[in-house]
Amino acid sequence: METVAIKINGMPLSVPKGITILEAARSAGIEIPTLCYLKDANEIGACRICVVEVKGARTLVASCVYPVAEGMEVITNSRRVREARKTTLELILSTHKKDCLSCVRGGECELQTLCKTLNVEDQERFTGENPVYEIDRSAPHMFRDNNKCILCRRCAAACGRWQGIGVLGPNQRGFDTHIGCAFEQNLGEVACVSCGQCIVVCPTGALGEKDQTGLVWDALHDPSKHVLVQTAPSIRATLGEAFGMPIGTNVEGKMVAALRRLGFEKVFDTDLAADMTIVEEAHEFVERVKNGGVLPMITSCSPGWVKYCEHYFPEMIPNLSTCKSPQQMFGATAKTWYAQKMGWDPKDIFMVSVMPCTAKKFEVGRPNENAAGVPDVDVSITTRELARMIQHAGLLFDQLPDEKFDDPMGESTGAGVIFGATGGVMEAALRTAAEWVGGKPLEKLEFDEVRGTQGIKEASYQIGDLTIRVAVVSGLANAKEILRRVKSGEASYHFIEVMGCPGGCVNGGGQPVQTASVRNFTDLKGLRAKALYEDDAGKPLRKSHENPSLLKIYEEFFGEFGSHKAHEVLHTSYVKRPRF
Amino acid sequence: MANTKSAVPFSGTKIQEEQLRQVIQDYKGQPGALMPVLQKAQEIYGYLPIEVQEIISLEMDIPLEEIYGVVTFYSQFNLNPKGKNRISVCLGTACYVKGSGDIFERLSEKLGIKSGGCTPDGKFSLDACRCIGACGLAPVITINDEVYGRLTVDDIDMILQKYGA
Repeated sequence: METVAIKINGMPLSVPKGITILEAARSAGIEIPTLCYLKDANEIGACRICVVEVKGARTLVASCVYPVAEGMEVITNSRRVREARKTTLELILSTHKKDCLSCVRGGECELQTLCKTLNVEDQERFTGENPVYEIDRSAPHMFRDNNKCILCRRCAAACGRWQGIGVLGPNQRGFDTHIGCAFEQNLGEVACVSCGQCIVVCPTGALGEKDQTGLVWDALHDPSKHVLVQTAPSIRATLGEAFGMPIGTNVEGKMVAALRRLGFEKVFDTDLAADMTIVEEAHEFVERVKNGGVLPMITSCSPGWVKYCEHYFPEMIPNLSTCKSPQQMFGATAKTWYAQKMGWDPKDIFMVSVMPCTAKKFEVGRPNENAAGVPDVDVSITTRELARMIQHAGLLFDQLPDEKFDDPMGESTGAGVIFGATGGVMEAALRTAAEWVGGKPLEKLEFDEVRGTQGIKEASYQIGDLTIRVAVVSGLANAKEILRRVKSGEASYHFIEVMGCPGGCVNGGGQPVQTASVRNFTDLKGLRAKALYEDDAGKPLRKSHENPSLLKIYEEFFGEFGSHKAHEVLHTSYVKRPRF
Repeated sequence: MANTKSAVPFSGTKIQEEQLRQVIQDYKGQPGALMPVLQKAQEIYGYLPIEVQEIISLEMDIPLEEIYGVVTFYSQFNLNPKGKNRISVCLGTACYVKGSGDIFERLSEKLGIKSGGCTPDGKFSLDACRCIGACGLAPVITINDEVYGRLTVDDIDMILQKYGA
């Protein structure tokens, strides 16, 4: 690797050629504050918070985009630098609505943190032009409050670059500049897929999920309801972050304890439904292959992806698996089989799901997702909302005991757990398909080629006498690319796994917010995924089709995998949605 | 914020659409192609309504919002057609101090459109413009090629009546 010799704050360093001053400083243990910078997405040097002095340069330079060069001398903390940063920040504050006490981001706001870091003493030092923007609450999953927007464009970058969608971006110019949709339409009117990636990269409270914790509390306080909760695979790998635990801490036991103390009658695991998804999807796949059905078959667990497909690739709808997502399968099974078993009226069950995902809020309202004549799931809350409920309830999370999920819908396998990471659904499906077709137990359960956080992965596996070509993609820009390859004939696959968010559910739009400085310098997706793969490795049961509770449910209720009854309850349909 | 789709019904022809598609073909794949395509599109249609931007978005694989962002960044691009009667109100210094701001407000209120807008029937469009060199007549408006000077707010109704408002 070619290196260059530079000095930062007088300290001689040898750093790789081509990296930025920001990265070089970081490697030397110096954090330069940033605001608009988002690695690999928003490298525009717009906010000027990261300015540094470079010897010989006429002006201060934006370290996030300025590459190092041989002999460069950089000063990151001179009086000039510190004052420039502070003034810039004070100017940004002049147009920011500062209702920090009641802001959902309070305490986690990057702007607020910067004020402390840069020693802002007077938040009203400058008075800016402050047009009043109406808060956009039109989308089912989130709100947009431009009064708190600082125009960093991180949301636009996440939507456009990572997701290849671009329904949000800067409109107008000068003081009139604001983030909005085309023709100033509301977010609910445009082809937004509800993934929530814009929310997790927003440095302030300008974007946020629609808080539905009130509905959950109401249900918990209603004695006539059986309030059940299911938690998605990835929640156990991320919830701890909201309570200051290291990224990648598995907090399954404490999470279960917390939910029980919040008052849920039964604390169940979506992982069971992930296992059900696998047996239904593997069955559907085998049928499609045998009967000349539409291939490649594409997974349908990710509601952001499904909505994307409906808006942008409606011609590929026949390729989508008809399986409901695990969230919906769980709710449907709870309100049919479990209700019957318990002698409950499905109308008296209030099904709450805790999801890494904002698109799940949209999914619960989809048509044809009401197996018992009532919605399969009543309310879907994000990891962030659950964390807030735990805080409201005064539960000291780190001091909770480790408890176990309730039977029978809390039983799961390692295959269900890895659903939360890109490649996990594919690996789980392969474990089952390979055993079904091969007729004997697999020696090795790990399918390493489909693991890892890369956006596009491809592999071939010999299953019986068929060579199965698979692709695994995460992030919708990557989904777009793989569909382009499939449509053009450049590539052909039998089975494709798509997860809407880059890295899969562990990096979902409903997950705890991490600052850009953490995102830029930490393998967030990898660390969170690692917790799931370790959980899988330690489980006695690691194949979906061996889940005892699942087998019991099929024996008592659905009959065969892919049965008529299973289709009625566990499968769904899709609709073409407009692009504009 | 209310949406900014033009209230004037779109009346683009098949021929205009073919011309636009040809322009897109000519520029497709070139770096920075969007600007010249938008300029030519405005030459073809006279303005850039959502119907036109949607064609550009689909054909060039650029998000509609990104195109709209560019269109609203540059003041030379119009989201509305020019009306049969094009009204310009001078907001230059001399006219402004003589009250052209009030005249503009009155026109805007009377026609129900903002600067850059066009009435749904296509009869009137309204623009604010800079000094037109008739400061002696301030405050001044022009309708098509006709100049009206030394106006007061009360003159507006009668002038508009002349044009069938």
